[in-house]
Amino acid sequence: MTKQEASTLQVSNARYDAIIPAGEPWIHEIARGQYFRIVDIEGNQAADTLFYNAHDYEERYSAQNTIREQANIYLTTGTRLMSSKGNALLTIVADTCGRHDTLGGACATESNMVRYAIEKRHMHACRQSFLKAIIGWGRGLEKRDIVHNINFFMNVPVTRDGRLTFEDGVSAPGKYVEMRAEMDVLAVVSNCPQLNNPCNAYNPTPVRVLIWDPMD
Amino acid sequence: MDRTDWPFHCKMNHEGTMDENQLFEELLQPGATWSHILKRGTSLRITDIQGSANVGAIFYNRDNPAERYNMPDTLKAQHIARLTSGAVLYSDMGRILCSITKDLVGWHDPLSGCSDAAGVDAKYGEARYQSHRNDHHQNAYDGFVIELAKHGLSTRDMAAPVNFFSKVVVDETGGMHFISGNSQPGMFVELRAEMNVLILLNTCQHPLDPNPKYEPRPVRLSIRKTVPASPNDACRLFRPENERGFVLTERYFL
Repeated sequence: MTKQEASTLQVSNARYDAIIPAGEPWIHEIARGQYFRIVDIEGNQAADTLFYNAHDYEERYSAQNTIREQANIYLTTGTRLMSSKGNALLTIVADTCGRHDTLGGACATESNMVRYAIEKRHMHACRQSFLKAIIGWGRGLEKRDIVHNINFFMNVPVTRDGRLTFEDGVSAPGKYVEMRAEMDVLAVVSNCPQLNNPCNAYNPTPVRVLIWDPMD
Repeated sequence: MDRTDWPFHCKMNHEGTMDENQLFEELLQPGATWSHILKRGTSLRITDIQGSANVGAIFYNRDNPAERYNMPDTLKAQHIARLTSGAVLYSDMGRILCSITKDLVGWHDPLSGCSDAAGVDAKYGEARYQSHRNDHHQNAYDGFVIELAKHGLSTRDMAAPVNFFSKVVVDETGGMHFISGNSQPGMFVELRAEMNVLILLNTCQHPLDPNPKYEPRPVRLSIRKTVPASPNDACRLFRPENERGFVLTERYFL
């Protein structure tokens, strides 16, 4: 499933426009009907992302429900990002990259120790950023609320014989993905600091986030 | 009876023969949910009695349930999208909850999640307790959430399930395909606990199983004594990552 589709929304009309530097978290509410775009400014940058129902954090993004409901492991235009309670949180409405991952999860200091070397505990990781973001948000979210996330702009193919690989990103400078919120959601993004594999082309770079109000 | 050998009856398996390593055996009925604290040093053998069983499973560190099975960490550490012998189940803390030490099936699905009430009603029709008694239609999500509550956990703690005995293949375009008939009668998978693991099992059908009939299957559970992973253990040697996973798990108990 690879579907490249551009948006008609103009950057000049966005009501919110911010840069997330590499290695930093971002947390923000997006209202039902608003459009949310993430731009891979310099290319091959993973944006690890979680969503919650803004009024009930018990309802949160479910990677397994999302891929099962569309019977496809890749996220692209038309994908409904499903919650743990079987509702659509957002729908992907434009995607100039064509494929996004939700099986690779977020890097963590602990998983880095397993994957690369125990001595790599000190290296910055997405789950550090997720924790920083939800603790700072201060509304009762805890580590147990950090579930399996979306990796926008990341390419994690699975083969027919059940192998999983991390490939070079399919993204490039300026590629973006855009979603429409189907309910009021809380978005948490970790702009990935991983230096041990090609998910950021070994050079983590900024991403841009934009929000538009509903179209009439 | 030799009282020093208590509990004698537990070592008797369903065939009526003695099995010195067995601690107890239990039949898990179709559509049912079960939980147990699988202690480090024991293992769980799950046997598909009739064939085509599906066993959803979620895993927690019972000493700190905020640490739980992590699907992406399990897949990416071992470069796999299926589970079989040699593979281990990682927690989100870089430790190994369980190792798959024996497997006659060859493919267990870590990707697809579990059934819920809306999906079961839509697929099989409604069958409530009033009319169907204990054959009422059950779904895995509600089963897990109720069982989690017995351990002080909630829907916020719901982890990504593994579906034992089920096979889902991913094609070149990312399409997911359920392969029927993956497991035959008598096949089993054995999980060795590397920590004290709160394990929850549910025998509802796989959510992608195209079978239009509500036909969950029973499985037999055998809890057994086992020995720790040796330096030459197949799971430890499966990947260099797993060696580090075992080291980090062993350090947790020092």
